[in-house]
Amino acid sequence: MKELVVLSGKGGTGKTSIVASFAALAQSKVLVDCDVDAADLHLVLQPHIREDHEFWSGQVAVIDEGRCTQCNLCQELCRFDAIHNFKVDHISCEGCGFCPYICPTEAISMKENMSGRWFISDTRYGHLVHAKLGIAQENSGKLVATVRQQARQIAEKDGIDYIISDGPPGIGCPVISSLSGANLALLVTEPTLSGIHDLDRVLGACCHFGVAALVCVNKYDINEGNTRKIEEYCLSQGIMVGAKIPYNDAFTKAIVKGMPVVEYSQGVVAHEIESLWYYISKALTG
Amino acid sequence: MIVSVASGKGGTGKTLVATSLALSLKERTKVQLLDCDVEEPNAHLFLKPVITHSEAVCIPVPRVDNEKCTHCGRCAQVCVYHAIAVVPKHVLTFLELCHGCGACSYLCPERAITEEGREIGVVELGHSHGLGFAHGKLNIGEALAPPVIRKVKELANPDGVVIIDVPPGTSCPVVEAVKGSDFCILVTEPTPFGLNDLVLAVETVKALKILCGVVINRAGVGDRKVEEYCQKGNIPVLLVIPLDTEIARLYSKGITLVDGMPMWKNDFIKLFEKIGDIVHERVGRLER
Repeated sequence: MKELVVLSGKGGTGKTSIVASFAALAQSKVLVDCDVDAADLHLVLQPHIREDHEFWSGQVAVIDEGRCTQCNLCQELCRFDAIHNFKVDHISCEGCGFCPYICPTEAISMKENMSGRWFISDTRYGHLVHAKLGIAQENSGKLVATVRQQARQIAEKDGIDYIISDGPPGIGCPVISSLSGANLALLVTEPTLSGIHDLDRVLGACCHFGVAALVCVNKYDINEGNTRKIEEYCLSQGIMVGAKIPYNDAFTKAIVKGMPVVEYSQGVVAHEIESLWYYISKALTG
Repeated sequence: MIVSVASGKGGTGKTLVATSLALSLKERTKVQLLDCDVEEPNAHLFLKPVITHSEAVCIPVPRVDNEKCTHCGRCAQVCVYHAIAVVPKHVLTFLELCHGCGACSYLCPERAITEEGREIGVVELGHSHGLGFAHGKLNIGEALAPPVIRKVKELANPDGVVIIDVPPGTSCPVVEAVKGSDFCILVTEPTPFGLNDLVLAVETVKALKILCGVVINRAGVGDRKVEEYCQKGNIPVLLVIPLDTEIARLYSKGITLVDGMPMWKNDFIKLFEKIGDIVHERVGRLER
């Protein structure tokens, strides 16, 4: 069983459209949406939810007003500025658990926090493990780790070849959690200065965690000079450019129809994504 | 006034709106742009600022004095991040897991733990053609963006208008960046992905009790459901930017919309005036 994670650094480069296409192209796979705070893959795959689980992670502090003498010590010691006027701001509380230890009247306790839900679903392309982080919640990294672990269990049980994960943007906590232990990262970029800048940082993260990477340039023809710069950059880093996809409104039209772009159109876009998947499947099993 | 520019979904045009809004206002008032997308900061690529001050962002992590330590295990017991472990004759620290809460050093009965800074990123302060600028960069391999975002926001100059470029998503980095704003602009695109993530972003901003309005970018590309949602939810649509290959071309080269197509300046000034009206109306209501 091999794990592919699709990342980009910059958001909106086409990660989800490409993962949805791989869902249609790959034979034996479990799909995972690791973008737990703004998940979109389900909009294309239209899952039928089979299992719905609460995600309890971390705690938040609660002050018992009856016991609180308003000594202010907790407010002074909280490093996250989460206590004001002897009340805990649950959005700012990191759940570090420091304040209950120092409260002289034992007025503070920690309460378990439900920070989201995760699901195992059936789709017309196979299993999908996905999640929904609660609004303004923390611990997205742990929720990502949970959905990946579930996907691995399914893949092992059913003897499935590939786990294909749609990753979050950025390079921080949820990206690190999506990346660690994956066999290959596909980095989807676009030929803009922002795309190039962000590719460099997300590739840095892949190198830092020892995950091999390859690059796909989406909308390559909106600035061919920048596309050449990306190709030269990848050459200098010893990274393969696996596909160059031209700008095409089929990408958006497929999203509106709720279909993978490879099923919506049979043009050059579909052809590029098909050969990209062929290359990736060889790279993963080779 | 602090105006943040967020989106839920990435790549909808936050940086485009934030930079063009800041540049459009700078002739009328003092403006500062804070790029709080510290994982992937991009505003500097468009504004090309002169950096005048740079500072490391550190979080306080424990340093254990082995002479004083009695290996009682208290520090490991209180650390919820599993960043410190005690074995019979040693204390092991896993500093990349430490959130810097300070519990271990404060609660150590032998006062054997002191704190020292561990660098996780950098903030830079500067200016670009009369526009104030600051941004932060999370070091590669680091997980915790919020402390870097907090540090960027400490550089805000409260005298004028502060525009905050927010990271994508709806979780802790977004909350950290948007918190304290007078108004939040949500940039979206008229597609099912754009709408799905806009709904999440609206809920996040509402949880923070911050006023919001929408900018629809790449109008004409998808369907009309974003407009219908805004109408139904009484969320003002402040500006509509069409799908235009010239705009995409300028963006790809790192040229802001108002530098490349100056006729847009007026639209951004009007956008800001609308925001001013909404914020003042709320203040008026609260005073009454």
